[in-house]
Amino acid sequence: MEFLNTIVLTISITLMYSSPLIFTAIGGVLTQRSGVDNIGLEGMMAFGACGAAIVGFFAADPWLGLLTGAVFGGFLALIHAFIAVTAKGNQIISGIALNLVGLGVATFITRRLFNGAAQSNTVPKGIPKVLELLGVDKSNSRLLQSAEIDLTVILAFVIALVVWFVLYKTKTGLRVRACGEHPGAADTLGVNVTLIRYVCTTLSGVLAGLGGGVTALAIAGRFTPSVISGQGFIALAAVIFGNWRPIGATLACLLFGFAQALTVILAGTPWLPTQILAMLPYVLTLLVLMVFVDRSTPPKAIGQPYFKGQ
Amino acid sequence: MAAVVLALIIGFIIGTLALALGGYDPVKGFSYMFTGVFSSTNRIMQVIVDSVPIAMTGLAVAFAGRTGLFNIGAEGQFILGQITGAVIGFYVPMPPILHPLFIILCAFAVGGLYAGFAAWLKNRFNIHEVISTIMLNWIAYYFMIFIVNMKSVKVPGSQHSPEILDTAKINFFHRDFRTTAEGQALSESSPFLRPFIRTDAGYAIIIMLITALLLWLILKYTRLGYELRAVGYNRYAAEFSAMPVKRNALMSMFISGGVAAVGGAMLVMSTSYYITMLGTTEGYGWDGISVALIASNHPIGCVFAGLLYAALKFGGLEIQSRMRAPTEIINIMIGTLVLCIALAPALPRLAERLERKE
Repeated sequence: MEFLNTIVLTISITLMYSSPLIFTAIGGVLTQRSGVDNIGLEGMMAFGACGAAIVGFFAADPWLGLLTGAVFGGFLALIHAFIAVTAKGNQIISGIALNLVGLGVATFITRRLFNGAAQSNTVPKGIPKVLELLGVDKSNSRLLQSAEIDLTVILAFVIALVVWFVLYKTKTGLRVRACGEHPGAADTLGVNVTLIRYVCTTLSGVLAGLGGGVTALAIAGRFTPSVISGQGFIALAAVIFGNWRPIGATLACLLFGFAQALTVILAGTPWLPTQILAMLPYVLTLLVLMVFVDRSTPPKAIGQPYFKGQ
Repeated sequence: MAAVVLALIIGFIIGTLALALGGYDPVKGFSYMFTGVFSSTNRIMQVIVDSVPIAMTGLAVAFAGRTGLFNIGAEGQFILGQITGAVIGFYVPMPPILHPLFIILCAFAVGGLYAGFAAWLKNRFNIHEVISTIMLNWIAYYFMIFIVNMKSVKVPGSQHSPEILDTAKINFFHRDFRTTAEGQALSESSPFLRPFIRTDAGYAIIIMLITALLLWLILKYTRLGYELRAVGYNRYAAEFSAMPVKRNALMSMFISGGVAAVGGAMLVMSTSYYITMLGTTEGYGWDGISVALIASNHPIGCVFAGLLYAALKFGGLEIQSRMRAPTEIINIMIGTLVLCIALAPALPRLAERLERKE
């Protein structure tokens, strides 16, 4: 029974840590498939986490908080879209800069609102739990308590499925992928490359903002400057590991979430120091990339601005 | 150059807006910043001292950048340099001048190998260095905390490693000299020596300048530098001309990582004297990326960009202490500045488009 409980707990913690990664990685898939590289996802997550925590605290409504997080992330991504698509600037530099600006503005706002503290107060209401909503009585069962997950976990999988469906089963999806492979050809056939890249890039920020919001509301309960700490980049690794496919990226995020869950489950084990455990997700990312990245094929036009008529 | 100046101006405008939106008087803010940096020779010297580690990571990123590699891992390499400095500085007793030299050599090797590993991952497994070095940064960070937290290392009742031996310190004047009667008399009588006595100024400044010069000379006048730049311009053309592209990538990252790590070691040897359990990374590597971008990857430019960055940071602290305005204002300004640099190649095109519309 104890063993079963540990397994169930590991699964639910894995799901908890995977969900922000899934949101963000799906955003990464979208923008990269349309041909725009976005390494600013980290900053967009941080900015989204800040927006979600602030509204989540003052309005005491987690959904309104998540929505704000999405808008915050989308706003940063819109700047990136302008630089990448309209101005045809350097997408990597822009991403780096937005990581700086995103975290900077997020901490600035937080300090302004919470008496100079770099972290927000804890939100009064977190994300609703699935079993609770279903009306399951878990007061007598430790197993059911361990199995409890946030509603956003379900939402993450739904979004992954929707994006998969749109990318592979609809005309719009075909156009998005065409923009990432050969924007010139797409343009010739009447696809509005600029519009598609704008929409996909902005959506990637919206999703990263949601991911940040989930981190702030469902995991940390508030915003701190270190609440994201590399998750945006792990999500990017998941995009590559998942071979730029929504389902693959989702599975990759589950693996990284599992690594983080292990650090929680194994914490306190005498023969394994916490710091070594904390390295696990990052070491695992590297190992996984070593095994899989050679077989992956990035979209051909990724990171290249499109000049009409060239 | 014009683009950088323009970017700076826009950065300041956004900084002004952010201050105003935050409810602070921007004019007051910037005047505090200015006087904070320039009101005494001690302060100016402090900015120079602060600029050393930032310039070193900037140089590291810039050097790799010239080869077409983006070394986001300067952060992790810097941390490994700090660990090397703190460990050898305390545990390996050596005579004065040899001690720092040995530390610098070890730090260079350790950082170089760590960055070289990322290059190897790229060569062998085709893993983009941006992703791999980010992971290596976090691994280095947790490794540092692991080292500090070891029972045999951590000073009881503290959160840091033991202070390095005096032989490993590279300040011009020992820190204790400041408070001695002799030191006070000397700094009173000699306005020239005062900033050297009253700050952590040391040989790190000279080593940083030499590094910048060396990297510039390597890039400009050696065969290796020529090949590295050729790869940076066009990898395929370089490969076609029978240049060992993969070996050069390894070499470039090795040097880059080495420079970043020496920066970390020098910070320990001249300012911090030990490594600490930090809640999060100090971000010197990230600062270096901005510095390299501002300097357009030119080694000599990195020295000045490092000074600018250090001055902004130091001035930012002044804004915080005098007006209680968040220091993040500086990050926002620098982020905006870098954002404008991303736009720089596009500015002429945008101008052209506007003209056409008229």
